Formats: sequence, structure tokens, C-alpha cells
Amino acid sequence: MNSENLEQLEADPYVAANPELRGYWEAAERDILLVPRCNACGKFHWHPRCLCPLCGSADLTPVEASGRGKLHSFSIIRRSARPHVLAWVRLQEGPLMMTEVVDAATEALRIGMPLQVAFRRTPQGRKAPVFRSATR
Amino acid sequence: MHTSISPSARACIAGAYEHPTRFAPDRSVAQLHAECAAGALADAGLSMSDVDGYFCAADAPGGIAALMVDHLGLDVRHVDGTESGGCSYVRHVGLAAQAIAAGKCNVALITLAGKPRSSGQATGTEFRALPPVQPAAAWEAPYDWSITGIFGNVARRHMHVHGTTSEQLAWVKASASMHAQHNPQAFLRKPISVQDVLDSPMVADPLHRMDCCVINDGGGALVLVSAAIARSLQRPVIEVAGSGYAVATNRGGHFAMLQTGTLASGARAFAEAGMVPADVQYASLYDAFTIMVIMQLEDLGFCASGQGGRYVAEGRIVAGQGRVPVNTDGGGLCNNHPQNRGGMTKVIEAVRQLRGEARPPVQVKDCSVALANAQGMAFGMGHSTATVILERTR
Repeated sequence: MNSENLEQLEADPYVAANPELRGYWEAAERDILLVPRCNACGKFHWHPRCLCPLCGSADLTPVEASGRGKLHSFSIIRRSARPHVLAWVRLQEGPLMMTEVVDAATEALRIGMPLQVAFRRTPQGRKAPVFRSATR
Repeated sequence: MHTSISPSARACIAGAYEHPTRFAPDRSVAQLHAECAAGALADAGLSMSDVDGYFCAADAPGGIAALMVDHLGLDVRHVDGTESGGCSYVRHVGLAAQAIAAGKCNVALITLAGKPRSSGQATGTEFRALPPVQPAAAWEAPYDWSITGIFGNVARRHMHVHGTTSEQLAWVKASASMHAQHNPQAFLRKPISVQDVLDSPMVADPLHRMDCCVINDGGGALVLVSAAIARSLQRPVIEVAGSGYAVATNRGGHFAMLQTGTLASGARAFAEAGMVPADVQYASLYDAFTIMVIMQLEDLGFCASGQGGRYVAEGRIVAGQGRVPVNTDGGGLCNNHPQNRGGMTKVIEAVRQLRGEARPPVQVKDCSVALANAQGMAFGMGHSTATVILERTR
């Protein structure tokens, strides 16, 4: 990571509030989606935290995810300061993730359609995973 | 294993008060709480000096229960500021009943108030400000979720899985408006048709503007008392027959979007009451959005899973038509949604029905068992639900 990226992460209050999760955002700087896998129960979960919410184990490994998923549901938020597509995506690794679908023709959105992860810089500084159509 | 509390020991709702205001720029939030407290105590035939237990949630000014105890000048021996979002007050009924059964207090006051209308809140459409310390905030804040956008996702999933339609959703609003036209205090009194809902602007599809509740100032209060005190008052005796609370978690992304915490909180309340859905004659179901009512009907067992849309489109939640009318005050969709928190008014209308004090055109005949159910936070993420079952015994 270059020093400019490091400064952006340092300034992000969400990164500062979660020092134990810094590795996830450092990977996002390289456009890599890490998803935690529990070594005790073998399942992936989302979002990252210090323990597995399915079995309680703290024996976790951040794994580079495929970045692929399927649209589980979505809503086009129209009456707002920033019209956009709020969605849940079923990651290929298993968990549902709240996210946003970007660069999509809204009339083409279908539950079940394949999606691919992309990364977008947040106003606070870190990069967040968003999804776009995998068929583009 | 649930153990039913013996009927003679059940706590009772002796006082209920819905503030008549829907717009109160001239009053403080603390004053609204105080007016609600006085209203519910007068309804019970009690006074501030009788109160020995106080319950409130985060809407209490300053967010700390002791500050309202001080403001009201209460002399209490039990205080509970449990915050569970919109279902807080339904949960407080259960918590107050437990406190009374444990001898911690005999007269419990629960208050709610707020001013989202006069403070200009766009409750459903503004992006939630998520404090960085909130556990999931870092992973939700980038997507600018609004509460309408969340329930838009839930509604679309329900349509996809169960074939629910926009017309069926609209039936929930139309049913509420059929009730609200008889309520002189309702925020929206004009009857609304299914077509009116479909013609209203899309806010977060598939939810139209009229699939959403009203935003208004106001409040309400309840007074719970021990069985002995209830029998000494000149009021119908409304017992808390059962209560349940649940937190439905996101399970690390392994959750079913269409199953809510009401599955568990409802089952707990029915078990404690020793009752089944067929025993219930009236139901108050939190209706911030039309889809919520459909999902509660399913999760509480009033209809089969996935059949909620068809159920409401058959007119089965309308007073005089369905076996179990729902939200006969007009609900949050048409009547009142003080401080964007639905739990309080849900209990109040259930008490009216049990006392025979609902508006005559919507009164359920000989209503002796009623249910109130509400959620806090949003489906699809960690959320709270609370259920109470109330029974009139005198």
C-alpha cells in the first residue's frame, strides 16, 4: 500500500472504530474481497468480526473470495438524495451481503442474476464492495 | 418449557392513552411524555403519586429513564429504560408484567412521545446515520440504506418467492383507511382505494408512497397494575395473558429474509397464554409498511406462510368482514405513528377493543382476547420483535 492509501484509511472513522478488521480494508485497496471463514464450523460468514456468529469460534481465516454472487433481492431507492439500487447478494461462498448494484440498467435487474464484485471509494476513505452485472 | 402464570396473579393494563395531537410544534418532547402519563393515569383512575415503576425507551428526552423520572417527579422503586426500537412499548408491557409479578412494583407507567413531523424528519427516505461504533455500521453505511429501501427489498423477495402482488400490498393500506375514516383523530381520514396506492409515486420499489406509514408528532402511555389493584379500580380488567420477545439475527448472512422474529416472539406469547391464533379476536400489527402486516399474519399463524397477500386481498383484516380485524384505529398507515415507533398505539387499540371502547363501526363484538405485535429495527438485519396477548376477565 502506498502512503496516500494509508492516509485515507487512517482518516476513516469506521476503520478507526474497528482496528481488528483493518486487513479487510487493506485488501479492498487492492480490489480484493476477503470473506471470513470459520475453521471450526467451516462456514463463511458476512460481515467480518472477531468471532464466528454461527458457532462462536474465534478461529477464523480471511479468505480471498471469488467475487461472484447472485442477486437475492433489490430495491431502487428513488426518492432520495442519491437514487441507487440497494440490494442483498448471495455470495458464491454462502452468506448474504447487503450491498449496492452499480452501473445496471434497472429494468434489467432480476433476482438470481449473476453479479461480480467491484470496489468503490466511500466518502470516509475506505473502499467498499459493490456489485455489477457479471454478463457485462 | 413455558409455565403459565396463574390467572389470579397476572398483571393488568389499567390505563391507556393516545395523545390526540399529530403536530405539536408548540410542545417539548418532555411535555408530550408528561401529558401522555397524565392521560393514562387519569384513564386508570390513578395519579402520579401511585406510580412506583417507570418504563421508557430511547425516545425519552436525553435517552435516560432517570431523567424522565426526575422530570415527572415520580417516586419509583423500579425503573427500566430498555430500548428495542419500535417494539419497545410492547416489550415494556411484558417487562412490566414480570416486574409486577416479581414484586418490584405495583403501578408501572410506560410512556412514548416524539416530534418527527414538526422537526421535519423524512423518516422513511433519509439515509440512516450509522455511528462507526455500531457493530455492522462499517459494512452497511456505504450503501446509504433507508428504511423504505430495506422493506422494498423484503417486499420484492416476498413477491418473488410467494407471488405476492402490489395490489395485495395496497389492500393493507385500503383496509387501514376503511378503519381510519371512523377515527376523528386519524392523520389520514379520507378513504384510500387499492388503485390510489398503486397510483402514488414509487418511493423504493416495489413500495409506493401509500405503502408507507404516516410521519407525525404525538405519543401515548400505558399503566400496568397488579391483579389486586386492577380489581379495586372502576375499569374493565385487561390481563396480560402472555408476552414474548425475540431478536432475529442476521446469522452472519445465513438468514431467511422472509422469516421474522415474530415467529419466535409470537410462539412464546401464545405458549405463555396457553392460547392459539384461533383464540384471538382482534390483532394490532405494526404497519410501518404494508408488507409488514402480511408477514406478521403469516408468522403469527393467522394464515399459512406465503399466503398473507391473498389473505388481506380477501378483506380479512377489515372490521365487520374478517374474523380477526387488524388495526381498527387506522394503524400507523393512516392514524398515528408517534416518533416513528409503532408499538405503543398497537397496545392502546387492543385495550380499546377489549374494553368495548373502539369506534362503534370497527368494534369487535364481545372481544375478550386481543394480540399486539411489533418490530424494532428492520427485517433482513438484526431486529427485535415483541408480542403480547391480552385477555379481558371482567
